[in-house]
Amino acid sequence: MSGYIPNTDEDRQRMFEAIGIRGFEDLLSDIPQALRLKKQMSLPGPLDQQKLLAHMAGLSGKNKVYEEIYRGAGAYNHFIPPVVTQLASREEFVTAYTPYQPEISQGILQAIFEYQTMICELTGMDASNASVYDGATAAAEAASMCVDKRRNRVLIPSTVNPEAIEVISTWHRHSEASIEIIDVHGYTDHPRFFEDLLDDRCAAVLVQCPNYFGAYTDMQVIADMAHRAGAKLIAYVNPMSLGLLKAPGGYGADIAVGDCQPFGMPLSFGGPYQGFMACTEKLMRKLPGRIVGEARDHEGRRGFVLTMQAREQHIRREKASSNICSNQALNALTTAVYLSTLGPQGLAEVSRLCYENAHYLRDRLDEVDGFRCMDEPFFNEFTVLTEYHADDVLDLLEEYGILGGLKLNGNSMLWCATEMNSKESIDRLIDILEENFLS
Amino acid sequence: MTDENKLIFEKSREGRRCITFESCPAPDDIPKGMLREKPARLPEVAEVDLVRHYTGLSRKAHGVDNGFYPLGSCTMKYNPRINEEAASMRGFKCVHPYQEEKTVQGCLELMYNLKAALCEITGMHDMTLQPAAGAHGEFTGMLMIKAYHESRGDSNRNVMLVPDSAHGTNPASAAMAGFEVRQVPSDAAGCVDLAALRELAGSDTAGLMLTNPNTLGLFDTHIAEIADVVHEAGGLLYYDGANLNAVMGIVRPGDMGFDVIHLNLHKTFSTPHGGGGPGSGPVGCCEKLAPFLPAPVVVKRDIGYSLDYGSKQSIGSVKSFFGNFLVLVKAYTYIMSLGAQGLTDVSKNAVLNANYMFAKLRGSLDAPYDRPCMHEFVLSAKTLKEKSGVSALDLSKSMLDYGMHPPTMYFPLIVEEALMLEPTETESVETLDAACDIILELVRRAESDPESLHHSPYTTPITRLDEVAAARKPVVKYAFFERSGEE
Repeated sequence: MSGYIPNTDEDRQRMFEAIGIRGFEDLLSDIPQALRLKKQMSLPGPLDQQKLLAHMAGLSGKNKVYEEIYRGAGAYNHFIPPVVTQLASREEFVTAYTPYQPEISQGILQAIFEYQTMICELTGMDASNASVYDGATAAAEAASMCVDKRRNRVLIPSTVNPEAIEVISTWHRHSEASIEIIDVHGYTDHPRFFEDLLDDRCAAVLVQCPNYFGAYTDMQVIADMAHRAGAKLIAYVNPMSLGLLKAPGGYGADIAVGDCQPFGMPLSFGGPYQGFMACTEKLMRKLPGRIVGEARDHEGRRGFVLTMQAREQHIRREKASSNICSNQALNALTTAVYLSTLGPQGLAEVSRLCYENAHYLRDRLDEVDGFRCMDEPFFNEFTVLTEYHADDVLDLLEEYGILGGLKLNGNSMLWCATEMNSKESIDRLIDILEENFLS
Repeated sequence: MTDENKLIFEKSREGRRCITFESCPAPDDIPKGMLREKPARLPEVAEVDLVRHYTGLSRKAHGVDNGFYPLGSCTMKYNPRINEEAASMRGFKCVHPYQEEKTVQGCLELMYNLKAALCEITGMHDMTLQPAAGAHGEFTGMLMIKAYHESRGDSNRNVMLVPDSAHGTNPASAAMAGFEVRQVPSDAAGCVDLAALRELAGSDTAGLMLTNPNTLGLFDTHIAEIADVVHEAGGLLYYDGANLNAVMGIVRPGDMGFDVIHLNLHKTFSTPHGGGGPGSGPVGCCEKLAPFLPAPVVVKRDIGYSLDYGSKQSIGSVKSFFGNFLVLVKAYTYIMSLGAQGLTDVSKNAVLNANYMFAKLRGSLDAPYDRPCMHEFVLSAKTLKEKSGVSALDLSKSMLDYGMHPPTMYFPLIVEEALMLEPTETESVETLDAACDIILELVRRAESDPESLHHSPYTTPITRLDEVAAARKPVVKYAFFERSGEE
């Protein structure tokens, strides 16, 4: 029988007899005949394994895999050490459910505890949860942690990733939070945009650093300003930038969120990625979702367990801090393996390479006739204005197997470089542009 | 060896490395105040130690690949290897989500065909693949119901009805979408109490969230009447697809009268659960709700497949990009490997396996709802506990010593000392027999030697943990200073 079903017709006959029935129909008698499906479903397949793999290879082959990628905007092309993929593919991790039974789940629980520690170290915060779906939903959940009846305004500058802004807005359409998007008229987050808007109804300011356009700013100033008004600062960060840039805890952020995709997760057409959330000790009990804590067993041995569950949906139901149940556990484990593989030096190296290569790319692009790059300080992404239509630039590069920056509108683009874009490849890119666009 | 239980931070030694990158000087143009002050204390280990650490951890984890996993409502079926192979193809893995549509036709075709197949399986008109998990799907569905009522100027519908047997995510999701949650009691047969539902349904009813078969593993025979009551009151019917594995090819949520549904691809459609995710929770709906689906929706046009952001009534996005795409690849592979008859066989055999176990066990523990079940069933250790002091927890912990994952414990909440078993179709009769033998032996031991069960498990790396103390003074990260104190 198909469907990975081991039992044979003979087995089934024996089972029917053991139950005391004649066949399947006796088991389905509760389902009203009038509602039943009268004919076979109309579905493709079945394909045998050989044909199925060929079919999947066919679909996979209809997608273009680029040799060089200069596009980020929330999904980054980084080197994934083979050991990361292989360890995170161990079947005991892959085929387990949520670790409800700690005695036989210590491996997963310890890995998540280590993940939480790494996230706290990286962000400079006190506590981390076990992960959420992605960076955008992490930002939405962070807003929930800050609002109450008295303070419900959440200020978000227009420099935050537009997908995240949309997810946050959708998330809070019917919550007590009032999400206010502030147009900062450009690429930079300046404190003056918030100053007049902060009042005693303001729960939080959510700032992305580096922001969607790649620019980073002095978050300390924004943190101080928010705190003076009694509001919290939610820092939405690219965790890869934290090998180089100041940790959110260092400038007084109350909550740090972001997406760990750069830490060992392939681009995968947008998922699965992994949202992280970390906060100060004061806010710890407001964190949504699973949190792993240390515990002792009856013999005094150290163990790990899902903790502070009184916050969660299976206990508190409609009063829970969030509805999240499944998160992105295997991706969090991937993050932990990746960070263990790199260590502090490896992370600093990759972070510096991203910076170095992106700045080389910026300087070289700026030299090309008709290309003008952003002047703001940035990490590994920056905007470019061209005299040409972005589509023409992209079509040209496409012929060479290069995925150019993201088109923001007609002639403005968002470019990105990582450790994957060497200076030699950047030189080649510039040659292609100059040969074709030199008037 | 002695470092078996050490954290990776405790194995770290300064200067050890797994990998090096091209060396690169620190940039000199970042203002000092914006530079990282000190490096994160990430582990410093050699690759062999890294591999042994995670291999050691994996040996202290239990997945479907390790043994029987009858965790009720979680559908822990075997995760076929071919799914993983398909999802690891470069054309899926190495594709940027913002590539131009013409360069990702394979991804879009797969998503379109998966959506079409899931609509056919569930009797729905359209579907989004964006939500990342079941609860995420529920929240999406709740937002769609809210938007539908508001679009009709019907904004007083602020009550979501939820049965007392529902998963905790149901009321939590409804509350997040701004609904007031009202509980519907179950009747003596374990189904929705129709009289109580009639009483509760009215002009403020936005909808009813229902799992069918429900969390007791029972198919609600009154589903047609329930749908009528809710619809006549002007509400919508929401289907929690956690238990779809019982009914594929037999009956469809759409034909039962459900307006919005979510599925759990990591349950019914064989994608692995990864120790708690990534999952995938597509949301399907009937035609009148389609305009409210999250954007974008995958569509097929003359020139090829495309992402449509067009609906002005869309609730918006609930997640970046298009969903947990690689999970979608696995679910699609699964459906293609089975086809219509294969999926029907899946459900029938899931029901058969559950009933076979139920028949063997119903005499030894309480069977609060003693009639044929669907894909799962609930037993109670209430009488056993009264007689011997051995609880559902003791039984579960004792199962760990036999290499079997325990059932879902203490759920649904309406059954005392509940044990909820879902064997799935991918287990052989020998495995079911062996599991029943273990449970029967434990029930016997409960009567002869209850003390031994109170202290179980004995063979696991640790025994029961003091969860109360852990929650009172939470330690949620490694305390580095302790190590330096020791050294």
